[in-house]
Amino acid sequence: MITLFLAFAKMSLAGFGGVLAFARRGIVEEHRWMTQDEFNETFALCHFLPGPNIVNFSVVFGQRFGGVAGAFAAFAGLVGPPMMLVMALAVLYAHFGQLEMLRRILAGISCGAVGLLLAVVVKMLMPLLKRRDIAGMAVMIAVFVAIGLLRLPLQAVLLVAVPLSFGITFVMRRRAHA
Amino acid sequence: MNGESNPIGSLVSTFGLMSLFAVGGANAAIPEMHRIAVDVQHWMTDRQFADIYAISQLSPGPNVLIVTLIGYAVSGFAGALAATLAMCVPTAALAYFVSRLLGRSTGSRWPSMIQAALVPLSIGLMAASALVVSQTADRTWAAVLLTLAVAALAYGTRLNPLWLLLAGGVLGFAGVL
Repeated sequence: MITLFLAFAKMSLAGFGGVLAFARRGIVEEHRWMTQDEFNETFALCHFLPGPNIVNFSVVFGQRFGGVAGAFAAFAGLVGPPMMLVMALAVLYAHFGQLEMLRRILAGISCGAVGLLLAVVVKMLMPLLKRRDIAGMAVMIAVFVAIGLLRLPLQAVLLVAVPLSFGITFVMRRRAHA
Repeated sequence: MNGESNPIGSLVSTFGLMSLFAVGGANAAIPEMHRIAVDVQHWMTDRQFADIYAISQLSPGPNVLIVTLIGYAVSGFAGALAATLAMCVPTAALAYFVSRLLGRSTGSRWPSMIQAALVPLSIGLMAASALVVSQTADRTWAAVLLTLAVAALAYGTRLNPLWLLLAGGVLGFAGVL
C-alpha cells in the first residue's frame, strides 16, 4: 500500500500539465504493473466515466491491485501531495496576488495555458477531421456554442448532447455495418 | 443552495454535482466552474479566475486541483479541502464500483462506442474552456500572439509544457503583453 501511495505521489508531483504521460511511464515502464494494452484499456474506461480522468484511473488501478485499501492509497497519493502544494500557492496568491509584478507574470502564464489547451484541442480534433466525421464535428460545434458562447449550464447541455451523440453514433455504426 | 450563509455547503453541492457531469475531465469543466464561480456565486472576479487557472496549470498534479484554489478563495483551507473532495469522491466512488463490476477485461464493443460518442463532446467542451479563459487572458494582440505561439509549439514539438508556461510568465513580467 505504501508503495502504491508513493508511486502515485511521485507520478503526480512530476506531472506538470497533466499526469497521464507520467502515469504511463511509472506504471508500464518503471514498475511493470501493467502492459501498455492493459494501461490503455483501463484508461479508456476512466476516460468515459465522468470526472477527472486521472483520479478515476488511480481508483480503478488501486482497486485492482489492492481492493478498497489500494484504491484509497492510490487516490491519496495522487491528490494529497500536490494538493498541499497548491494550497501553499493559494496562500501566497492570497497575500501577494495584488502585486503588479505577480499580476503581469500570471497574465503571461494564463496566455500560455490557453495555448496549451488549444494544442490539446487540435490534437484531439485531427482524427475527427481525417475521418470526415461530420456528425461528430456537428456535435462538437453545438457543444462549443452552447457552453462557450451562450454560457448555458453544463448539466442542461449534457442532458441534451449526451443522448444525441449516442444516438448519432449508434445509427452511424449500424449504417456502416449494413 | 444558500451560498451566503454556508459557503462550504455551497462548495460541496456545486462540485459534488459537477463531479458527476464533468465529461472529458477537469479541463472540460472550466466554463462551468467559471459560470458558477464568477457569474452565479460571485466568488471571484474574471481576472482572479484566469490567475487561478494559470496557477493550477503551473503546479504539478491532476488538473482538477483548480477546484482546490477556488475552494481556498471561497473559504480558506476548509474550503479547499471540501471543494477538492467534493469534486473527486463521487466520481471516484463511481469508478470504483464500475471497475469492480467490469472486472479485468471486457472485450465488448461498448467501450469503443461510448468513447466515439463522448470524444466530440469533450473536444467541444475543451474548446469552450480555451475560449472562456482567453477572453480574460488575451486582451492585447501580443497576448493573442503568445497564445498562438504556445499552441503551435505545444502541438508541433515535444517541449515540456512547463517551459512554455514559464516563458509566458517571463514575457508577462517583462511587460511585453
